[in-house]
Amino acid sequence: MSFWRKLACVVLALVLGASLAANWLAPAGYARQYRDATNAPPSRTHWLGTDEIGRDRFARVLYGTRISLLLAPAAALLSTLMAALIGGLAGYLGGIWARMAMAVTDLFMSLPWLFLLITARALMPLNVSPLVSVFVTFLLLGLLGWTAAARVLCTTAGSLRASDFVRQARAAGLPGRKLFWVHVVPNLKPVLYAQFWISIPVFILSEANLGILGLGVAEPMPSWGSLLKELEGLVSLGEEPWKFVPLILLVVVVTSFQFLLSRQEELAA
Amino acid sequence: MKSHGEKLKQSIHPSGKAVAVALLCLGSFLGHALAQDGGELRFCLHSEPKTFDPLKVDDDASGAIRYLTGGVLVRVNRQTQELEPGLAMSWKVSKDGRQISFRLRSGVSFSDGTPFSAEDVAYTIQQLMDPALHSSTGDSFRSGAGNVETKVISPTQISIRFPAPVAGLDRLFDYVAILSERSPKREMAVLGPFMVSDYKPGSTILLKRNPYYWKTDEQGRKLPYLDSIRLDIQPNRDVEMLRFKRGELDLINSLDTEYFDKLAVTSPQLVHDAGASLDSEQLWFNEVARSPIPGYKKNWFRSAIFRRAISEAINRDDLSRVVFHGHAQPAVGPFSPANKIWFNSKLKPQSYNPDEALKELQADGFRMENGALKDKDGNEVVFSIITNAGNKYRERMAVLIQDDLQKIGIHVNVVTLDFPSLIERMTQSFDYEAIILGLTNVDLDPNGEMNVWLSSSENHQWNPQQKTPETTWEAEIDRLMRAQASSSDLKKRKEAFDRVQEIVVEQEPFIFLINKNALSAVSAAVHGAAPVILLPQTFWNAEWLTVSEK
Amino acid sequence: MRSLRWKIAGHALALLATVLLGGLFSATLVRLAPGFDVDERELDPHLNATSVQALHDARHQDESVLRFYFSYMKRAAHGDLGTSLALGQPVRTLLRDRAPLTLRLLAVGLGLAWMLTLTLALSAAWLRLSVYDTLTTVVSGTFLCLPAAVLALLSVLWNVPGSLAIALIVFPHTYRYARNLLVKAYSRPHIITARAKGLGEARILFWHVVPVVTPQLLAVAGVSVSLAVGAAIPVEALCGLAGIGQLAWQAALARDLSLLVNITILVTLVTLLANSGADVIGHVIRGQEA
Repeated sequence: MSFWRKLACVVLALVLGASLAANWLAPAGYARQYRDATNAPPSRTHWLGTDEIGRDRFARVLYGTRISLLLAPAAALLSTLMAALIGGLAGYLGGIWARMAMAVTDLFMSLPWLFLLITARALMPLNVSPLVSVFVTFLLLGLLGWTAAARVLCTTAGSLRASDFVRQARAAGLPGRKLFWVHVVPNLKPVLYAQFWISIPVFILSEANLGILGLGVAEPMPSWGSLLKELEGLVSLGEEPWKFVPLILLVVVVTSFQFLLSRQEELAA
Repeated sequence: MKSHGEKLKQSIHPSGKAVAVALLCLGSFLGHALAQDGGELRFCLHSEPKTFDPLKVDDDASGAIRYLTGGVLVRVNRQTQELEPGLAMSWKVSKDGRQISFRLRSGVSFSDGTPFSAEDVAYTIQQLMDPALHSSTGDSFRSGAGNVETKVISPTQISIRFPAPVAGLDRLFDYVAILSERSPKREMAVLGPFMVSDYKPGSTILLKRNPYYWKTDEQGRKLPYLDSIRLDIQPNRDVEMLRFKRGELDLINSLDTEYFDKLAVTSPQLVHDAGASLDSEQLWFNEVARSPIPGYKKNWFRSAIFRRAISEAINRDDLSRVVFHGHAQPAVGPFSPANKIWFNSKLKPQSYNPDEALKELQADGFRMENGALKDKDGNEVVFSIITNAGNKYRERMAVLIQDDLQKIGIHVNVVTLDFPSLIERMTQSFDYEAIILGLTNVDLDPNGEMNVWLSSSENHQWNPQQKTPETTWEAEIDRLMRAQASSSDLKKRKEAFDRVQEIVVEQEPFIFLINKNALSAVSAAVHGAAPVILLPQTFWNAEWLTVSEK
Repeated sequence: MRSLRWKIAGHALALLATVLLGGLFSATLVRLAPGFDVDERELDPHLNATSVQALHDARHQDESVLRFYFSYMKRAAHGDLGTSLALGQPVRTLLRDRAPLTLRLLAVGLGLAWMLTLTLALSAAWLRLSVYDTLTTVVSGTFLCLPAAVLALLSVLWNVPGSLAIALIVFPHTYRYARNLLVKAYSRPHIITARAKGLGEARILFWHVVPVVTPQLLAVAGVSVSLAVGAAIPVEALCGLAGIGQLAWQAALARDLSLLVNITILVTLVTLLANSGADVIGHVIRGQEA
């Protein structure tokens, strides 16, 4: 195991461990409002300062990690599997199936899904628990986020279908299903890993943006996405550098995921 | 008969007005002396104007353009809140409040050179009162069934008769920009200080000086001083602030409190806090009998004791201090103290007292069990507050209220929704429990809020379209509002509306939270600016402003 | 020759059907979403009951999706794309005026994104240095983690064109796909052997790597057009650029059915053309290779 990969494992374990131990590590609950210390800079009491209504940012980062770090990769996995199934299978089958699947994919890419999400929110009761809301949000993101990868996978699987080794395997009488899982899917891994890696931060940010529709993590619960949204109000970069900590943490986690995936990529290669 | 401004002859500010106006004139004169004539004023509109037709205006952006380009018969001075002559040199309202007569200026022309006369006023009124127009300006004049009659007495005299008394009739003309009957340019021919010269949808609107504008300064120089105004369409406040800091913009209206404080540290001379504005933020519960919420929740929401207890458990000082950084005042009632004429000064803001609130609830049958409040049937007191997403002040107020109410065992779920979804729940499906929203008041007169307070109205938000008033206090409000609307005696009207304010504070159908301060920023290059609380805050005296070279 | 013509006609027909289906689905989604038949102006206390009813009636004209869509298609066949409810202007004028800016923004943004992608991905595949790979991963990861609105704000802060913001939003996506595909291609046994035998890097790239990865990179290129279109919405809205992205955002907020349907049709058309174009070129390359 390379140094980077070991480091990635340690970082991820630390981040996950810290988030699970938030009850002990955080100086206060994520919802506790220090109304006399709003927008405070980092101090001994508040390591990362406080937000606009005086909530300890460090506590919010820790608790927010629990939700984002568990649910975003799960949704990313769902979208990756859907992409593999739809794109990979369509490319492997080829012909009219591929054309139809790709037409549906193109349609999926173009439709204003915002309105489906608005409808989904309308179907949910207003007094829904924040956890259910965030779970539904990530599920929807997973179900809608597969299209780009499916398109690339369809082309890759199409190339594989026409390749010599697949033709030979087919001529040797290997059943289609086995051929797909044993020879086609492993060759799709570079695209699948890319899709999985990209989806994690994309879904984390999308969750925060869906707050405008009443979806996502409801107040007062924190998420990485909602913490990153604080950056949208900055008019100069040097003003409050501690607000960048959630961004740095997300970059570190996402990079760590990539190091873990790169091991798999090497094995696949 | 009331008469206003009969002695005022010329186009300058009236003598004998408040000292502030004199100072303003002096300021603008000095500014003008320091700066050169001309120049371009630049600021942002926060949305695309929906129309350039002044009679159809129903959004802020179009309203700003109407203010800058439209010529009106009378103008509410945004600083003194008093009415001043515009295209009309004088006017009279009949005792019964049904008729108004204007004596107009002569020798005035539209921006394309077409002469202005009483015929244009008659034409404008006919267009405005067209039943098919459906504009808020026109509807403000509709107090009863029947036609509006205009009588052109001479090219400079006109009288307008309404089918029923219209309260505060003369002030309503502040919103009526006069159209030309004969100009081929239709609504683009204007009588205001500026005219629309170029419009790039989604990007900019360029207003140029109207060469035919009638007003002159004390030295007899034609107003406005500015050559042009460039309005950039920019909904994002962060970008607006960035551009202001870079010197690309000269004004910011309704400045964000955080940016106000940041600017106040580095350039205190650029920011202006004009004090509490007319706007209010309020919370209300769904009291609609046919709404799809559980019956026991309807019982809570329809109880004045419950509403008062909630109001008492909300820390308004914290809302002002934390959410608005101190740039807001705890609200008292329907009208802000900033409304010098109509505010009931006997009323005081609700004090914060969660212990008292809990006692009142317990006296009404509620009880605390393991830190959660339950009603007499054992239902835990849980409700949701919805508000429009993207409004960070409302979102933060909701979170603070959530925390405040938790202290008396009430669990609140905060849900932010996009505005159309929120309006649908509020006005059609009634599928909500509580809402935080604001009222943007442009009117000083309570008549402008008639549709909020009448129980039969669509905008009686907590329980609209009641066939007959469902409570005695709503019946009383109906009676008082109608009484003040049909009277032209200001004292009687004030007494009636004072009582309305008292009832609203007693019953709390709206739990008024805060009145935001009117914050603005004006670049050092602008001379003569005197930001006020009334819209359009910073550029209400645009014709007197000058911009020095940057 | 005749069969080719039929084939092309068939594809064109399928494309048209997909585009029209996109419009219909879009209309259905908008119509079913809550808030369609309300108007913000209803909250204006000055409006009386008749005026509020008139606002309702204006919205209810489009109550039946199918009826709306058929009448839309009938009008569209004569060049009339309807009138925007929110902006009160003909949709055709709005699209015509704003399309050039968006097209320019997308073209430059995509060009920059792909320059960055190919430079970094090729060097990552060539060098295979873990430090370099880590660096590019961190850089692309950082841009991936930054909210699009922040990137757009930064472009205003630093006074750089919005197209750069689009490039920086699209690039991390395309880079990761391209890098993985190129690394995979370079790790093929015959390329490793060729490199070991000292074959020139340029020859390996153009003779052995490009033919293998081109169809897939083209597919990524097709997809990147959709990504760029999506990125154009926050960038145009925040940077105050009067393009179709800004228009789409305004239309969504106002539930402007006519405008939304037309924009969806346009986006579907662009997506289909980009992806089908990528497919066709990929097929041609594969055919030549075979």
